[in-house]
Amino acid sequence: MDLQIALLLGQDGITNGAIYALLSLALVLVFAVTRVIYIPQGEFVAYGALTLASFQAGKTPGTLWLLIAAGIAVAILDLHQVLRARTLRKIPRIVGWNLLYPAIAAAVVFLLKPGELPLLAQIILALVLVVPLGPMIYRLAYQPLAEASVLVLLIVSVAVHFAMTGLGLLFFGAEGSRTPAFSDASFEFGLLTVTGQTVWVLGASLFLIVALYLFFERTIYGKALRATAMNRTGARLMGISTVMAGKLSFLLAALIGAFSGVLIAPITTIYYDTGFLIGLKGFVGAIVGGLGSYPIAAAGAILVGLLEAFSSFWASAFKEVIVFTVIIPVLIWLSLTTRHVEEEE
Amino acid sequence: MGEVRSILEVDDLCVAYGKVEALHHVGIRVGEGQIVTVIGPNGAGKTTMLSAIMGVLPHTKGEIRFLGDDVGDTEVEQMVARGITLVPESRALFGEMSVEDNLLLGAFMRRRMGFRDHESTMSDVFRIFPRLKERRSQYAGTLSGGERQMLAVGRALMAKPKLLMLDEPSLGLAPLIVKEIFRVIADLKSTGVSILLVEQNARAALKVADYGYVLETGEMALEGASSVLLDDPKVVESYLGLGGKQ
Repeated sequence: MDLQIALLLGQDGITNGAIYALLSLALVLVFAVTRVIYIPQGEFVAYGALTLASFQAGKTPGTLWLLIAAGIAVAILDLHQVLRARTLRKIPRIVGWNLLYPAIAAAVVFLLKPGELPLLAQIILALVLVVPLGPMIYRLAYQPLAEASVLVLLIVSVAVHFAMTGLGLLFFGAEGSRTPAFSDASFEFGLLTVTGQTVWVLGASLFLIVALYLFFERTIYGKALRATAMNRTGARLMGISTVMAGKLSFLLAALIGAFSGVLIAPITTIYYDTGFLIGLKGFVGAIVGGLGSYPIAAAGAILVGLLEAFSSFWASAFKEVIVFTVIIPVLIWLSLTTRHVEEEE
Repeated sequence: MGEVRSILEVDDLCVAYGKVEALHHVGIRVGEGQIVTVIGPNGAGKTTMLSAIMGVLPHTKGEIRFLGDDVGDTEVEQMVARGITLVPESRALFGEMSVEDNLLLGAFMRRRMGFRDHESTMSDVFRIFPRLKERRSQYAGTLSGGERQMLAVGRALMAKPKLLMLDEPSLGLAPLIVKEIFRVIADLKSTGVSILLVEQNARAALKVADYGYVLETGEMALEGASSVLLDDPKVVESYLGLGGKQ
């Protein structure tokens, strides 16, 4: 290996690592707020990328139908609950978000012919379809079991993952897709050539990380999410509803997932089931941070990206094995150094 | 206390943990602007009662009315919106957040409801607990026991409650701090907030309260004006010790 190859692998590793870092932040967030180990996070990557690809191929993405169906299911459940509790003033919000929003999205998709729109509009439209699926899935799959143990919630996650992968195959077919790069520019730094897409990925990831940091540190909703993660009872006593916190964290996770998908779609070919592996690599990063620390999780995820890049050069057949083996020494280290905290209540 | 309008009325409240009933047909009444205390030994069901009123625990039977409205099936968050705040025995602070952020989150529901007065409320809280102002940027987890209790009460006040429910505010605190906490509770009365105070420290509680209840093994054993309870031979013997009025 010479310096040029090392630089190239390093660039690859950091680019993928940035995506894994985003996903690891989402996983830490969801776990801290809801205690859900969010295996379906990766599916949002695939859904985001493939929805964008569908638009570009001039097709109507199946995620639109999923959004409509999930919206109807959520509306039925919520309306039933509201009618029983006679809190009728919540009805407009339920109808608005779960029935009206998908209907408007559908109208936009059919009227605007997204295949002819500029890339930015296509990306926004893809996010519009995929991101609301996050809180809807929380409502359908997790909210009824919010008080269940971490293990039960993990089993639900596995089920949601399989359901979403299956639907992904149905919606997008077995062939993979790759979208055109955001820009064709490339930059020369001595030995190293940096593509425009790499700059986009790094810049967008950094922007999203800073935005998340500001959200958690500066806004009342960000603080409310952190408070729920620290002390669920204390947060409820302040009027911070566990359901609201759950939906908000799933919304952010879906946004991060779908956006990551849009970012890597020009770099790798995405299949309906690619998300799982990408999500798992973010998960390795999150584990390095003990599912609790955002900066350590992000650093761990970048390390995973680098490790993956370099092992694909030296031992490409064992690439995944090497990446996932990292988790073992980390777990041993964590179990030796951290005090075991009993689950609350 | 017939002449005062009730802010909280609880009738025939029963709470069970599985098959074990922890609270049997308990009734209390808090008049507007009053301090009412529930005293009793450890394990009598005092915390259970507050949790059931707040909606943290479900009850098997009974009625809870707040300002005349039935709030028996109301969720915790909606209770906060209606103007009831509970300071739990555990304090339930956000340890890895600054004192200021803890206070800010106390006003979360008010802000969601469209009120924008959290800054002036926070200055009020700092006036009541100057110590919190000195420590405003410190993490809540690094505070001393007394400061944590002050923060818990201050955070509850940020919601501008109509009814403040305090669960054992003197628990585990040094006598000087206990005195300060009770002085604040007595002062709060003048701001118009009604207080339901659950305490093991019966003497201090009865001294600040207008009316008192004695809860024993899940049942109301006794009730009466605080001045009467302070002289009641049974109360003196069981809860005030032989020190008399000291």
